Amino acid sequence: MTKRPVRFYQVGSFAVGNRLLTDDQRTVQSDPNRTNSIDSGHRACQGCGEALGARYALDAAMRAAAGRVVTVNATGCLEVFSTPYPETSWRVPWLHSLFGNAPAVATGVAAALRVKGREDVRVVGQAGDGGTVDIGFGTLSGMFERNDDVLFICYDNEGYMNTGVQRSAATPPAARTATTDAVGPEPGNVFGQGKDLPRIAMAHDIAYVATATVADLHDLEHKVEHAMTLRGARYIHILVPCPLGWGSASSDTIKVARLAKESGLFPVFEAENGRVTSVSPIRRRTPVEEYLRLQRRYAHLFGAHPRPDIVTRLQEIADENIARYGLVNDETEEIPVLEEAKEMVH
Amino acid sequence: MLRQIEGSRAVAETVALCRPEVVCAYPISPQTHIIEAVGVMVKSGRLSPCEYINVESEFAAMSVSIGASAAGARAYTATASQGLLFMLEAVYNASGLGLPIVMTLANRAIGAPINIWNDHGDAMAARDAGWIQLFAETNQEAADLHVQAFRLAEELSVPVMVCMDGFILTHAVEGVDLMTQEEVDSFLPPYEPRQVLDPDDPVSIGAMVGPEAFEEVRYLAHLRQLDALALIPTIAESFATLTGRDSGGLVHPYRTDDAEVIVVALGSVLGTIKDAVDARRARGERIGVLGITTFRPFPRDGVRDALAGASRVVVVEKAFSVGGEGVVLTDVAMAVGGRDVTLHSVIAGLGGRPITQRALESVLERASRGDLERLTFLDLDEAAVSRERSRIAAARRTGPSAENVLYDRATQGSRVAQEQS
Ligand SMILES: Cc1ncc(C[n+]2csc(CCOP(=O)(O)OP(=O)(O)O)c2C)c(N)n1
Ligand code: SF4
Ligand SMILES: [Mg+2]
Repeated sequence: MTKRPVRFYQVGSFAVGNRLLTDDQRTVQSDPNRTNSIDSGHRACQGCGEALGARYALDAAMRAAAGRVVTVNATGCLEVFSTPYPETSWRVPWLHSLFGNAPAVATGVAAALRVKGREDVRVVGQAGDGGTVDIGFGTLSGMFERNDDVLFICYDNEGYMNTGVQRSAATPPAARTATTDAVGPEPGNVFGQGKDLPRIAMAHDIAYVATATVADLHDLEHKVEHAMTLRGARYIHILVPCPLGWGSASSDTIKVARLAKESGLFPVFEAENGRVTSVSPIRRRTPVEEYLRLQRRYAHLFGAHPRPDIVTRLQEIADENIARYGLVNDETEEIPVLEEAKEMVH
Repeated sequence: MLRQIEGSRAVAETVALCRPEVVCAYPISPQTHIIEAVGVMVKSGRLSPCEYINVESEFAAMSVSIGASAAGARAYTATASQGLLFMLEAVYNASGLGLPIVMTLANRAIGAPINIWNDHGDAMAARDAGWIQLFAETNQEAADLHVQAFRLAEELSVPVMVCMDGFILTHAVEGVDLMTQEEVDSFLPPYEPRQVLDPDDPVSIGAMVGPEAFEEVRYLAHLRQLDALALIPTIAESFATLTGRDSGGLVHPYRTDDAEVIVVALGSVLGTIKDAVDARRARGERIGVLGITTFRPFPRDGVRDALAGASRVVVVEKAFSVGGEGVVLTDVAMAVGGRDVTLHSVIAGLGGRPITQRALESVLERASRGDLERLTFLDLDEAAVSRERSRIAAARRTGPSAENVLYDRATQGSRVAQEQS
């Protein structure tokens, strides 16, 4: 076995532990005085990636803006699990209007703050993938095009989870949802053209576009904090596994998110003014199969009637992402397909 | 200062005097002249501080207004017809959240068939949206109602829609006495929101409300509308004290004191109706008019009292509930409920068809003779309708009715003209 240099990464996660960092490099969450923008006691499922992502994102935004943040939320799981009256988890000013209008509402809030000369107060809009990629797409594009001073965050769990796991335009091919059942010759969601919102956002040439996952929360915090140093329209797209909708174990949320990135299915990068400025390289290149197998929404690809042909097509998508963003570098290790997995496929 | 001015311009100038802080709208005829004029005022710096935001849809326009209002800014928008329907989800949301947005509705028909001309189909589609709906009779009143609307909206935390007839008012040039900035400032205090997004006092607005409180929240909204029934006349009175003008209020009776027949209507058609009534009065008929200025909340008591002496009521309205009858008629029937009074619904002016004094008088003639039906369509080309009905009965693939009727009326019309010549 070849020897590898010792790196100060957390075992298995490649995350750097706080204790190895200087105070100012430490995570927002490690600060006992963090704001707790979304307080405990909300009603998200165990292991909800969206709750985790939102908590990290908003606390980071709060730190960056010295506590001067107003949030606008679209309808969806995040809105529902955080606010059944008379309880609210929000310790930031929070407005929910409709499913499809959060970007425009955020524009309105930003306009009001500007006209009142309160530019110290920053606006963060938030929505699920449905509220961003589908029904809120028009208002989001309008907000981008006008370059309104809003950071918009999409919590992408790849489906309409709040209404019971239906397909959205962000649902990946072959995934089973309540409206793309795992039946028929092409089980699960169709292989469409996809609707890659980070790239669409970049096409608006806005100041900042980034993707992130809840597997690398330090990276997520950094991106939010960086976004808050800029003005104008900014967009962060966070992959947030949903144990309920994806059929993954609640304890696997971080692992699933990490494999989405390490397989190349979910490229993690940053772009400024329409150009990619950095990518998070894959550390251990993992076959998509390892990612898929953790989720029952892909169970029909394995099991009694396996569909290696479909797994291959999904692998091709990952490979294309890797090529497009240059996600593999000299330090990337290759992880072969598990022997056991191979046997099941063949 | 009295000026010969287009209705849209008068409204724009008046809205500017109200110092809106965020104006966001999406163009649609016949509202365009209003928002263009406000836009120029903002861009030139004449209206300042104010953010004017060009958006990609009416849905966004109302949504921006919601965000702005919730963040404590005085918000204004304007739309019409398809635009109102396109934003309707947000229209309901604004009232549900209790945000005092003021919106001009330049009343226009709703398609299909697409039609840019005036009727009240749009306002009636939003009748139950929880907004206060005021109808202007003249351009002077349209301008004045906006000043009152901001005060009303902000005192009650309820959004207000000022309805003015598209083209008939928006594009008509006539004398309007524009208020001065001092007058408006003395009438309209700065906006003090009841709820606001403020980092120093974080609140959650728009949270999920289940069966345990939803009914109470709705009922409170109803009570606020009932409060408006008391507040609207008070505001109109202080406005009259300031300007000497009788604008706004709940209802406007005209020559109703001894009237046996009373015609009820909303908006600019009241002018023509008053002419018709004057003419019939001159011939000794005991007839009057009741203009409804505030349609939502519906001034039930005011309407009942104004109609107390009438044995026959003719509601002339520019919209109807397809498959039902006149929308205003339903409310008037509720107001006079239990009394022995004959009610008529005259649907008129749909899609901009002119309502002439002659046509009105012939209907009123029939009413006074006692041979007017409950539901009448003014100036309806019954022959064209029955020809289309026969075509539909005779064959399956008869094509789109709207186009058939257009063709029919064009060709039949010219045939009649030929036969006459
Ligand atoms: C106009 C409208 N259409 C549909 C719905 C129903 N609805 C509420 S939330 C939701 C799905 C939300 O999906 P997403 O935005 O991805 O958020 P998630 O719940 O997955 O976090 C849907 C379809 C609605 N509230 N409003
Ligand atoms: S359904 Fe999914 S997104 Fe919604 S609360 Fe549960 S885990 Fe979170
Ligand atoms: Mg979703």
